[in-house]
Amino acid sequence: MKYMLMMHAPKEGWTTAGIGTWAPKDIQAHVAFMLDLNEKLKAAGEFVDGQGLAGPEDAKSVRARKDGTPDTDGPFAEAKEFLAGFWIVDVDSTQRAYDIAATISAAPGKGGAPLYMPVEVRQVMSAPPTEQ
Amino acid sequence: MTSARSEVEHLLRTLAPEVLGAVVRRFGDFAAAEDAVQEALLAAATQWPREGLPEHPRAWLIHVAARRMTDQLRADIARREREAFVVRQEWPFRDPAETEHDPAPDDDTLALFFMCCHPALTPSSAIALTLRAVGGLTTAEIAHAFLVPEATLAQRISRAKQTIKTSGVPFEIPSGAERDERLASVLHVLYLVFNEGYTASGGASLQRTDLCDEAIRLARAMRRLLPDDGEIAGLLALMLLTDARRPARSGEHGELIPLERQDRARWNRDMIAEGVALVSAALSKGSVGAYQLQAAIAAVHDEAARAEDTDWPQILALYGVLKRMSDNAMVALNHAIAAAMVDGPRAGLDLLDAIDASGRLAGHHRLDAVRAHLLERAGERERAVAHYLAAAGKTASVPEKNYLTAQAARLSEATPS
Repeated sequence: MKYMLMMHAPKEGWTTAGIGTWAPKDIQAHVAFMLDLNEKLKAAGEFVDGQGLAGPEDAKSVRARKDGTPDTDGPFAEAKEFLAGFWIVDVDSTQRAYDIAATISAAPGKGGAPLYMPVEVRQVMSAPPTEQ
Repeated sequence: MTSARSEVEHLLRTLAPEVLGAVVRRFGDFAAAEDAVQEALLAAATQWPREGLPEHPRAWLIHVAARRMTDQLRADIARREREAFVVRQEWPFRDPAETEHDPAPDDDTLALFFMCCHPALTPSSAIALTLRAVGGLTTAEIAHAFLVPEATLAQRISRAKQTIKTSGVPFEIPSGAERDERLASVLHVLYLVFNEGYTASGGASLQRTDLCDEAIRLARAMRRLLPDDGEIAGLLALMLLTDARRPARSGEHGELIPLERQDRARWNRDMIAEGVALVSAALSKGSVGAYQLQAAIAAVHDEAARAEDTDWPQILALYGVLKRMSDNAMVALNHAIAAAMVDGPRAGLDLLDAIDASGRLAGHHRLDAVRAHLLERAGERERAVAHYLAAAGKTASVPEKNYLTAQAARLSEATPS
């Protein structure tokens, strides 16, 4: 079963307390934690994809105009959270997906303290249909 | 050239487990032997179509794999003490002609099945290992079939081999009560491979290694090894009788077509005939099992010329037996459908209430889908729409979601507001 794990970061305080304001060693520890997690998922044969996303400062929301050209809007200061990164994992159980999500949630932040970020877990639609 | 290539591929997949079995038996180290055999298979896949088949293909593969093994072991030993070399230098090198007359390639293949489907492995590991070690597929082919990166699949296989090593799973055919248990694991893994093959994924599916075909091929191999086993025959029959409907079960845009609306002229008659013969012969021998019963039910569907000719009382009776045999909520659900077809939608809905009360399928999309269908037949359109939509929201299958959403839309349109 494949799951997408979406790591959300709080928008509030992003500029004053976000990763850009951490001490270099905290940033290093955070990055090392994520790289290590990816290696573990690969070694477990569960890794399908995983990407970190650029900061929300330049995020745009795009809609098509009537003539099909892009109408860009944003960034949105009022949003409470933003998607900071995602993983797609192929695991044997839903519980395993939750366990990985919990590991991500507790990634180290400022001063090495766990961030406890919310991680949304969604199943990727890839199951066989039932018949009869 | 293409046909030469596919002929070679077919031959290699047939020989793969026998070659691996022979190498494991001689060298003992399953993990290393499996890698060496993969290399030999890859070498053959490039050389044979170009240069023609060797005189003894199986012996050729064993010889090449054995040489890889010894090269590897020599390299290892070069790093270790000299004493180790003295102990090991009598590794059996054999003449290819001699190895062609190996005593028991069938036993080796069977032992491999038991090893790769060992219950110590997780289902996904067992599936990957079985497809590679017994099925002779490459890591890339398996990764492609499961839509995961090749490196991930390679890790899954290497972890599976590690588990076999640490759990001390022996390379042998189990006996007594353990044999039955382990055989059930083998059949379950093959069933999972088949089921995975049922995933329709649009255009990409054309390029995927066909897991249904692969599952059928492996089930045939098991049946050849154990021809008297009723459940192996039952599983093979179930696969054939289900796969026979493949040409009719999806439309031109990959949309799901339910059994009752399929164009039965497009069903594969040869597969149905073979499946029916298999399950009839197995059932007549007496020891009835769950796969045989499911195959018998599939046979009743397949033998009806039109959906309305389906012998539902017989299906209901078969599900009754199956329900007594295995305490499976999905069986109870299918039993309710059959009851509705025989005794009317209310009878089915009452049985669904009983399943609800047990709480076993709570939140499962299939419970909502069946309830929606029965409510529609009972004339309760609004409730039916709600359950179709609930089911559509819960399923993890794209074609099924589209089908259920379309059902809800069709019914809403027909309902005067």
